[in-house]
Amino acid sequence: MATHTLSVLVENSPGVLARIAALFSRRGYNIESLAVGPTEDSNISRMTIVITVEGHALQQVIAQTNKLINVLSITELDPIASVQRELLLVKVNTSPETRSQVLETAQLFRAKVVDVAQDAVTIEATGNSEKIHALLRVLEPYGIKELVQSGLVAMERGLKPGTSSL
Amino acid sequence: MSEQITGAQSLVKALEHAGVDVMFGIPGGAILPAYDPIFDSTIRHILVRHEQGAGHAATGYAQVTGRVGVCIATSGPGATNLVTALADAQMDSVPIVAITGQVSSSAIGTDAFQEADIRGITMPVTKHNFLITNPDDIPNAVAAAFHIASTGRPGAVLVDISKDALQKMTTFNWPSEVILPGYNPILNPANSEVVAAVNLIAEAKQPVFYVGGGLIKSDASKELLKLAEFTGAPVVTTLMARGAFPDSHKQHLGMPGMHGTVAAVTALQKADLLITLGARFDDRVTGQVSSFAPNAKIIHADIDPAEIGKVRQADVALIGDLKNTINALQIEVEKAFKKAKPDIADWWKQCNGWLNKFPLGYDQPSDGSLSPQYVIERIGKIAGPDAIYVAGVGQHQMWASQFVSYENPRTWLNSGGLGTMGYAVPAAMGAKVGLPGATVWAIDGDGCFQMTNQELVTCALNNIPIKVAIINNESLGMVRQWQTLFYNSRFSNTDLHSHRVPDFKMLAEAMGCVGLRCETKEDVDRVIQEAMAINDRPVVIDFNVHRDAMVWPMVAAGASNDDIVVAKSMAPIWDSQEL
Repeated sequence: MATHTLSVLVENSPGVLARIAALFSRRGYNIESLAVGPTEDSNISRMTIVITVEGHALQQVIAQTNKLINVLSITELDPIASVQRELLLVKVNTSPETRSQVLETAQLFRAKVVDVAQDAVTIEATGNSEKIHALLRVLEPYGIKELVQSGLVAMERGLKPGTSSL
Repeated sequence: MSEQITGAQSLVKALEHAGVDVMFGIPGGAILPAYDPIFDSTIRHILVRHEQGAGHAATGYAQVTGRVGVCIATSGPGATNLVTALADAQMDSVPIVAITGQVSSSAIGTDAFQEADIRGITMPVTKHNFLITNPDDIPNAVAAAFHIASTGRPGAVLVDISKDALQKMTTFNWPSEVILPGYNPILNPANSEVVAAVNLIAEAKQPVFYVGGGLIKSDASKELLKLAEFTGAPVVTTLMARGAFPDSHKQHLGMPGMHGTVAAVTALQKADLLITLGARFDDRVTGQVSSFAPNAKIIHADIDPAEIGKVRQADVALIGDLKNTINALQIEVEKAFKKAKPDIADWWKQCNGWLNKFPLGYDQPSDGSLSPQYVIERIGKIAGPDAIYVAGVGQHQMWASQFVSYENPRTWLNSGGLGTMGYAVPAAMGAKVGLPGATVWAIDGDGCFQMTNQELVTCALNNIPIKVAIINNESLGMVRQWQTLFYNSRFSNTDLHSHRVPDFKMLAEAMGCVGLRCETKEDVDRVIQEAMAINDRPVVIDFNVHRDAMVWPMVAAGASNDDIVVAKSMAPIWDSQEL
């Protein structure tokens, strides 16, 4: 079993997410993460889907997804040739003794402190999954009160032939 | 400025522009606005008795004509009653369009009266579907629905339209072309793949054409005949492809699969090359996948790229319309065979050995009662290869696929993928509407018949004189067969007691049909002839047949095709020469 990142361009029409979700559910594909958002074209949305499948099953996932009428294109992103990012918001317990250590950790990971309370700070971090996991590992001993994480979003590096620089 | 019309008028105009000549349906609250302009339309509307019947009728119509079948229903229960028929058509790649009314857009999501999220419900069982709440969108949606249903791999499409969209005023603009940026079926296979396929064909010593229903969808029977005769390779036709290649042809080994011929099943098992044309390696054909055709290389031709490698990895994939694909193969094969034509005489010796040693057959019941296989065989002989045969699902379906000889495509209709009991009567109705000049026989079981026979009323009242042969073994025969074989003959809930309850002869008469009955072998031909002579009303024959007859050969579900059983406890004896 291997993890794959699929970048799917879909028509921005009602029910598209349901169609993708229904297809994955019906055919037994396991979604690790899914992120949907607008693109530079308001009629088109991009979904970044991370799935775990083995071998040739990936070709099936791609072919079946491509059959959906609202799916415009689907490409697998190579982790090396693409930029992959997740967003994390994490609320960490702090005491007067630990607060500076937590803030230092945030700084080391180039994360931002977005909220400070008497006994907790909220940290915002972006990065690939490894970085997010590493940050969480370091923060864990202080006590994580709450965390929320986005699905992965990803984009190919460089310019595709024929794409404009805008 | 264009003329202002209602959304409902726009819908009916759009259906007319799409070339619809007939539709099957039932009105109700949400679709009611559409039924007013239907009253004035040139489109023939056939008022069915149950929406499932409308759906299967659209399917039967589409299967015999090759055109898009249309059904129409109201919101909620009207729409949900279509679901089985939509799933059935989608599984067998039949082009149908369903139009459903939806509650007014302001009421959607409020659990309104007769509200059902039919778009959500049918997402997994349609090729695509639409929910229209703006009347201006109606013509485009209808045009797109027909385009999607009938092109690429055909399938079922549903257009759900809210009641207010049908009532509001709009203008009618029929699109000159359908633009769907995410939908571009590939029509021609890559030339490099065609060459690669022909290289395999030129090398093969034991090739088999494994032909599926896609061949009929593509209307490529003539092309197949030419290619098959040129290469000389054996042909097998799946349940969905019966009639795609003439049964009388000496290269035809019959149907593969769970109840296929020994020759067809074994040829696939022993082949070194499968030339797969519009077939999808269904589990009823492959049996245990890991032991299916273990030595065969696979050429897989299909218009649906997602079929390639779904079940069995292909060595060569030919994605495109089969007619184009076969034509392209023909050109390359002719070139290749000029250099050297492969010698497959030894292979034919083996295939003919299986054909001769294990022909299809059946025993007459020892108690003198009527053999169901005999009845079906006689119907096929008397009605001939120009008639249309429509089966339900179960033993009678398998016997009808085995003991009727099919010579032409689109003469054998059945529910292959979904296995929908109750398919036969409404599908036969649709077939007869599509081809009024043809003799249409529904070969049905007593279980199936009791699911959808209400459409005989529709047939009687609308001058749709189909013929129905009920193969009445008073039980759910196929399930009973499995209970006999795998559950120690414990017949849990398979006895329908339908000897005279219902009395099918009287039931037929009550529905405005001619009811006939046949209980003895001597009467079979006479009763069939009698039915053949009636053309002004539907005819139903209650054939009282032996209930312990079984479908043979059989490969048990999940078993290897190598373990095919010709008759109970009798597997073919393979001597070393045959293997």
